[in-house]
Amino acid sequence: MSETLASAIREIAQACGNDRSRMMDIVEAVQAKFGCVSSEAMDLIAKQVSTHRVEVESVVSFYAFLSEQPKGKVVIRLCDDIIDEMKGSESVAEAFRQELGIDFGQTTPDGVITLEKTPCIGMCDQAPAALINNEVITYLSGDMAREIVRKLKKDPDPKKLIGRLGDGNNAHDLVRSMVHNNIRLAGEVVFSTMASGAGLKNALAMTPQEVIRDVKTARLRGRGGAGFPTGMKWDFTRQAPGDKKYVLCNADEGEPGTFKDRVILTEKADMMFEGMAVAGYAIGADTGVVYLRGEYAYLRALLEDALAKRRNAGLLGNDVMGKKGFRFDIRIQMGAGAYICGEETALISSCEGLRGDPKNRPPFPAQKGYLGCPTVVNNVETFCKVARILEHGPGWFAKMGSEGSSGTKLLSISGDCAKPGVYEVPFGIKVREVLDLCGAEDTAAVQVGGPSGQMIGMNQFGDPICYEHLATGGSVMVFNSSRDVLKIARKFMEFFVEESCGFCTPCRVGNVLLKEKLDDIINGKGAAGDLDYLESLGATVKAASRCGLGQTSPNPIVTTIKNFRSAYEAKIKAPAEEGLQPTFDIHAALSTAESIAGRKSVHT
Amino acid sequence: MAKPKVATTSLAGCFGCHMSLLDIDERILKLVELVDFDKSPVDDIKEFTGRCAVGLIEGGCANEENVRVLQDFRRHCDVLISVGDCAINGGIPAMRNGIALMECLQEAYSTDHRLGPKVHNPDNVIPNDPELPLLLDKVYPCHEVVKIDYHLPGCPPPADTLWEALVALLSDKPVALPYELIKYD
Repeated sequence: MSETLASAIREIAQACGNDRSRMMDIVEAVQAKFGCVSSEAMDLIAKQVSTHRVEVESVVSFYAFLSEQPKGKVVIRLCDDIIDEMKGSESVAEAFRQELGIDFGQTTPDGVITLEKTPCIGMCDQAPAALINNEVITYLSGDMAREIVRKLKKDPDPKKLIGRLGDGNNAHDLVRSMVHNNIRLAGEVVFSTMASGAGLKNALAMTPQEVIRDVKTARLRGRGGAGFPTGMKWDFTRQAPGDKKYVLCNADEGEPGTFKDRVILTEKADMMFEGMAVAGYAIGADTGVVYLRGEYAYLRALLEDALAKRRNAGLLGNDVMGKKGFRFDIRIQMGAGAYICGEETALISSCEGLRGDPKNRPPFPAQKGYLGCPTVVNNVETFCKVARILEHGPGWFAKMGSEGSSGTKLLSISGDCAKPGVYEVPFGIKVREVLDLCGAEDTAAVQVGGPSGQMIGMNQFGDPICYEHLATGGSVMVFNSSRDVLKIARKFMEFFVEESCGFCTPCRVGNVLLKEKLDDIINGKGAAGDLDYLESLGATVKAASRCGLGQTSPNPIVTTIKNFRSAYEAKIKAPAEEGLQPTFDIHAALSTAESIAGRKSVHT
Repeated sequence: MAKPKVATTSLAGCFGCHMSLLDIDERILKLVELVDFDKSPVDDIKEFTGRCAVGLIEGGCANEENVRVLQDFRRHCDVLISVGDCAINGGIPAMRNGIALMECLQEAYSTDHRLGPKVHNPDNVIPNDPELPLLLDKVYPCHEVVKIDYHLPGCPPPADTLWEALVALLSDKPVALPYELIKYD
């Protein structure tokens, strides 16, 4: 066994050039082959790439899809987000538990099936959903879950579970998934046809500075959510000293409720690659990396195929489109289930083969990014927009959308609405118009921008969706009046507690404290000062955290207190016994001593 | 105008924090000019005689009596301060928190169960006089039992820290302790 392990690891590491910055690829390959990265394997990998074992172990222990302990041949990961819960994932979970005879986090005694929960897998428009190894199973029900287990027990090949294929490229031979695109509204930027090379050709006819000028003129801002002006970012990177520069594409779409990048990657990957090539030309980079979240591994073959086609067509490689001296190629880096890696500096860490820890800023990636070189990191959708801006000119793009937020935005809409899916809308659209589009009725609350965004109530449905008012990376979750906003906030806090990388104390500890206090309130043990406590602790976590996760993680609580204060106040009652904290139960605290002493407290 | 009143108590503590309070030395004369002591081991007043401005709590809550005393302090004091690590974190008494209550009692009293040096208790009796307050399942820091307004860390907090905090509170100034007074390493 250890001979085969040793030779397999040697082979895998050699395929990655024994390069320790490719640690992610190495450990992922070992995980795929042996079902775990055992202690022995970690020693062997460390030796093979000349590094310390702790570097390997820190990676293996960090990512959800990697494990030191052996997992089943088949790993069922049931999506555990609020939308899936609303669509009945609890009954699916119960069916899996019963049929497998194990609980979540366990493996069947025969070692075949492991059952786990995982945060949002980007399928909220077809929830409940689960990942079974790399296959996506959508629109789950309890009966389906039972059927799946029966089939897997007979034949542990998740590919055979795929029944009817989805639409578009989901039915492509290289994908063969049952995922549906659910493109409900096709706008003219991303979801219209574009010939390969149309944007890049125009870019290469200009100087890099002129390309950046065009991106600036189009007033393009980052589509990942933060909205940093793309042209300015490129300019900084171009001007940063260094011969080697990189273009990174953030396809680690992990914000719960966001799935628009999934659809772009399925249908418009070529457009995204084109945008990356334009960026490469503009900043002077010859290498692009797409950081693809592990949950979207089922799209990898399709993406590799699209890259191969571009190489064959001369759109990637040496002398791109005949432009002498412009060399650009793209590789795909798989993630392994860590939300934090959507944060750009954590994404860079992960690409470098490290734990997904955010880095200190400054220096910003534009000065010192991937492998210490100036790096542009943009979202999938941003690169698509770039390709179209270069094709049609900045004026065409800038006249769409609103003053401070030009162009269109892809929204991933899910929750209590008739038509969940992806909508390409112009920026500046009102929340109410969005709700009408998706067929939402009796809406009481809308979470704009995912858990790290804000929960708004009816009085804000007239506000426009754009960077200046309601910013969003694409996630729009709709909740009707039957939903409990406090429980939604708790679900989001659970997510942040789980996904905090643990590096800095405000985030690692603060989020737990926030969640515990919210639990108290939900359980009817709230005290009078609790809302002040939550607000002030939330402000501390936001101000003192190191990266975007902690800087936004208190938002579910902070924005629901702001917009749904009465829901909190209704839960806070006077304490049962005067002076005591509502969370302190004197009877429970005394019950052990009472049974030992065989007498009751003299006070009761 | 009558002087404001201060009350103090030691719950599951060692009286070290009270000793530290006495360490303010001759300033205690100044303190009695500033305040009257109400319920406190310092003057041995057993029950509150009226409303107090400040209550100083030493020690956490290990038994029911601690809870009742603390509750009484909350009722009578405008401002409650957890003084020292036992009040704030449970401290040494809280070392039993990871061990079941019965196991703790047996280790302390029972000849048959005790792992440490033997005690003479052939019947393995665990003290159970109705006068003895019942123990809580674990030792609680004070703020988990009642609302606490301020925490003064230290084991014990130095006399100067106590002095500065008390004087600031009694003269209606913000409690802004310099770093030297809350630094412990």
